[in-house]
Amino acid sequence: MPGAGLQLEQAPPFSVPLRFFLSAPVFVLLAAIVLVWQGPEALGSRWTPAALALTHLLTLGFMAMAMLGALMQILPVLAGAPLPWPRVVAGITHVAILLGTLALSGGFLWSEPLLLQLAFLLLAGGFAVFVAGAAGALVQAKLQGAIASELWFPVAALAVTVVLGLYLDAARAWNGLVLAQAWRELHPAWALAGWTGLLVAAVAKQVVPMFQMTPSYPSLASRYFSVAVFALLVAWSAAQALPDSRLAIALGLVLSAAYLVFALATLELQRRRRRRVGDTTLQFWRVGMISLALAALLWASRMAGLAPERFDAALGVLAIVGAAMSLINGMLYKIVPFLAWFHLQAIGAGRRGLSMKSFLAEAPQRRQFAMHLIALVLLLGAACGPVALVYPAAACLGLSAVLLFSNLMKVVGGYRAMPRPATSEGARTPARSLAEPRRAQ
Amino acid sequence: MENISQYMKHDHESCDARFVEAEQAAEQRDWARLAAQFAVFDGDAERHFAIEEEILFPKFEDRTGMTSGPTQMMRSEHAQMRDLLSQMRPAVEARNADEYLGLAETLLVLMRQHNLKEEQILYGMIDRAFQGEEQDLIGLMEARKAA
Repeated sequence: MPGAGLQLEQAPPFSVPLRFFLSAPVFVLLAAIVLVWQGPEALGSRWTPAALALTHLLTLGFMAMAMLGALMQILPVLAGAPLPWPRVVAGITHVAILLGTLALSGGFLWSEPLLLQLAFLLLAGGFAVFVAGAAGALVQAKLQGAIASELWFPVAALAVTVVLGLYLDAARAWNGLVLAQAWRELHPAWALAGWTGLLVAAVAKQVVPMFQMTPSYPSLASRYFSVAVFALLVAWSAAQALPDSRLAIALGLVLSAAYLVFALATLELQRRRRRRVGDTTLQFWRVGMISLALAALLWASRMAGLAPERFDAALGVLAIVGAAMSLINGMLYKIVPFLAWFHLQAIGAGRRGLSMKSFLAEAPQRRQFAMHLIALVLLLGAACGPVALVYPAAACLGLSAVLLFSNLMKVVGGYRAMPRPATSEGARTPARSLAEPRRAQ
Repeated sequence: MENISQYMKHDHESCDARFVEAEQAAEQRDWARLAAQFAVFDGDAERHFAIEEEILFPKFEDRTGMTSGPTQMMRSEHAQMRDLLSQMRPAVEARNADEYLGLAETLLVLMRQHNLKEEQILYGMIDRAFQGEEQDLIGLMEARKAA
């Protein structure tokens, strides 16, 4: 078998990340349904039950789901840090977050303490298993000093986000309390500017030059970005306790400036890419980075008192739908077809000429991208202006989710349909015994 | 003076540049240029694999005794990339741009992950194992490339 193996001994089985990737779009569809059902209420204020349910369907159900799935793949392959018991960790994490997200959203929508209590247990358990597994992998990472050290920051920020979220949930679930504003500000900041932003930065540093052959990020800035952002978040959080808010505002402004610079630098690197072949993933990255830049500016304006509170919904749409969801969506179109190809060739299945593109053409990706973009614009419109736009926005968001799911299923269908060699049971034998190290040309 | 890491990294960059030229020709359906550019890229990639497999890796294995570690994994990744290259050749001959571009993209993802691992891990280990002898090794590799 030509070219057998590669990093099979490091890579987890396809089913480990795939279950996360296929579940993610289903939650976007659920979010769209909640948006239609609850109407303008869901974008009215950050604190309405509908807004909280909508936000967590997108952030936990789509973003965390996909990001955890991707980390299960990245940790072993890029960081040389195999996750301990990948099937067990993936199984528990996936089911717990899936059910926990449903319970949490239901708990918000129906103000039902029992559901919020159930969500607490499921999400605490699911994230604890994942964070423990990821930390265990990072401690043993063979490729120390490379991406491994950088992945500590998002994983640590995830742990902070989860603890803060659980604290807010527990207060509501067991005591019917809604905690002070400062506590409620910390959780989304750690979730978006911490966990999500730091993971995006760590991945971008590897992936932006990799896929488009751009120059690298400036080495000094990129080396200290993660540690600086993490330190700023810690300081900003601590400053919330001060009676004088000026220090917190100053730190928050520096933090948003860091993300603004990161987004603009990424757009500039992509503009200078050597590989001129454009694709849908690149379009998703551009929308994601433009949204991130706008979100950083809007967040800074909010902190500086230049924008009124009613813009919070637009800030959420820009950060979540515009930045995070666009980037994740674009990456899924590279990760899932590559893994399908990778796992097939590793067992000697498939045919000559088989490539990532054999599983999913550009045209269906472009259609879904267009729908996502329309949904984003309409959501921004609904958040800033005529609230009736919320209905077409929800329809487009739901349609985009359906198209994404169907595109991912095309890959899975192609993967399953490919003929397997009779000995495919041997798929999990270590790569080295299969490899032909010095095959002549 | 260049060390081994820098020398090998330059070789990667030059292979990347050749890859981009060929991919662009395929995108524009410029068959003559694709055939010419692909031949250059294919040859450069094979020479790069060869200097590693015939000179750099055996020397490193002899010096450190690490015969089943990173060098073995790099060899099996070379085999995988050669397999893709061997499928790209008939796609060039058949003027099948879609198949070529699909294979090229897949090769790119493999190749860049592979280069990243070499540049961030293996080459540094080789630099440390051959301190003071860099120029001898680079000379050997230059001679092999010219052969």
